[in-house]
Amino acid sequence: MAAKTPLYEHHVNLGAKMTEYAGFLMPLQYTSIVAEHQIVRSDVGLFDLTHMGEIFVTGTQAEQFLNYVTTNNVAKLTPGAIQYSFLTTETGGVIDDILIYRVPEGFYLVVNAANKEKDYQWLLSHAPEGATVTDLSPLTALLAVQGPNALPVTEKAVEAKFAEIPYYHFVDLPYRGERIRVSRTGYTGEDGFEIYMPLHIAPLLWEQLLAVGKPYGIQPIGLGARDTLRLEMRMPLYGNELTENDTPLHAGLGRFVDFDKGDFIGREALIEQKSAGVDRKLVGFVLKEKGIPRHGYNIIREGEIIGRVTSGTMSPITQKGIGLGYVDSVHAKIGSIIEIEIRRQMMPAEIIKGRFVTNK
Amino acid sequence: MEVRKGLLYSKDHEWVQEVSESVVRVGISAYAQDQLGDIVYIELPEIDAEVAKGESFTVVESVKAASDVFSPVSGKIVAVNEKLEDSPELINESPYDEGWIIEVKSDELELSDLMTAEEYARYIEEV
Repeated sequence: MAAKTPLYEHHVNLGAKMTEYAGFLMPLQYTSIVAEHQIVRSDVGLFDLTHMGEIFVTGTQAEQFLNYVTTNNVAKLTPGAIQYSFLTTETGGVIDDILIYRVPEGFYLVVNAANKEKDYQWLLSHAPEGATVTDLSPLTALLAVQGPNALPVTEKAVEAKFAEIPYYHFVDLPYRGERIRVSRTGYTGEDGFEIYMPLHIAPLLWEQLLAVGKPYGIQPIGLGARDTLRLEMRMPLYGNELTENDTPLHAGLGRFVDFDKGDFIGREALIEQKSAGVDRKLVGFVLKEKGIPRHGYNIIREGEIIGRVTSGTMSPITQKGIGLGYVDSVHAKIGSIIEIEIRRQMMPAEIIKGRFVTNK
Repeated sequence: MEVRKGLLYSKDHEWVQEVSESVVRVGISAYAQDQLGDIVYIELPEIDAEVAKGESFTVVESVKAASDVFSPVSGKIVAVNEKLEDSPELINESPYDEGWIIEVKSDELELSDLMTAEEYARYIEEV
């Protein structure tokens, strides 16, 4: 039986097509993926992301512990700041990509919905004395407000000022007698906020955001558009671009691995991989003809399979087939022409640098 | 979802309209396009290609996924809706009219196993 978020009835009443994802019944789309995608790029969208996981780590050893199980340097995290990081295996494979918040009492980890139980068990099994790990997911709702109009909408709904909060920073503040956490983060490439709160507050804030957001063009957005929005901005998705068979170096995310901070799980393997060079790399590509690359399609060059597509779609903004995939490093050069095998046809595509769309 | 009266339907959610004694027009139902979501690409088949009942004759792609379209009849393709090349969204907007996909000709059209609109309406309620 799939779980429901506190907003389940709201989604159904808004006409959402619901889908099961990571054990939750979540809205896939309310109107259409393309229309919702465009609203987030042009105005502002509201997401229910309560399926995501939140894990709290506290205690005298919390910082040392987290520095040992993650790749980025937790010591560099200042109060009120957020860090993107990885949990990795001994071989450097990605267990999950996560956010770490330095909160007054310790650290607040935001993890992928599909991985939260795995991550929690991993953390519990490695926690030393002096570090306590608590899964807050069952108590926590998460809403995201994303788009060029996210700032005024969030400020009006919460009745606070957020213009001074830099990207990847957060504040805690009271709302309707509870404490909520407002974080300038997101998974769309647009300006926006992610707001964590106790479950029972979520319907109040959801309704408030939709009401004050009306003149700003706000619409509820489903998981379908969440995926196309992140892909256009070349953001990796766990399970597609990142798995335990891929390291942060394969994925081109070595800047989130700090080799100088001291020992951490996977360090040795990653150092070795770094000095030897990775055998395959994650690339972004754009199809030169009509067609849509999909997860699992072969990437070909001169008749040889050189890799595989990890994510693909038709960009709702550029109307072109776009995708990410791993290819043998020798073929990963920007500007190279590769072929995507789509139903036995070879479709030429160009490897490009950076995002698939540029936002203002 | 509209189930257009007067058409015949397959279990794979294609509709069939009798154009003449030997020619039928084929598209996908309103229910099918709704399930697929925004259709952004269709790989149109060639005129004169043979299609076989129950076999895929084209692929429609929504933002989410690529899906086969199965022919509800056997025969030869005599017309293709070229408008879909540039406007595949017609399948979403007008599944029974502007969004038709192909016309198939056969001297021995086998339609008796297809569902009537009433039967199809009950069928989609059950799935």
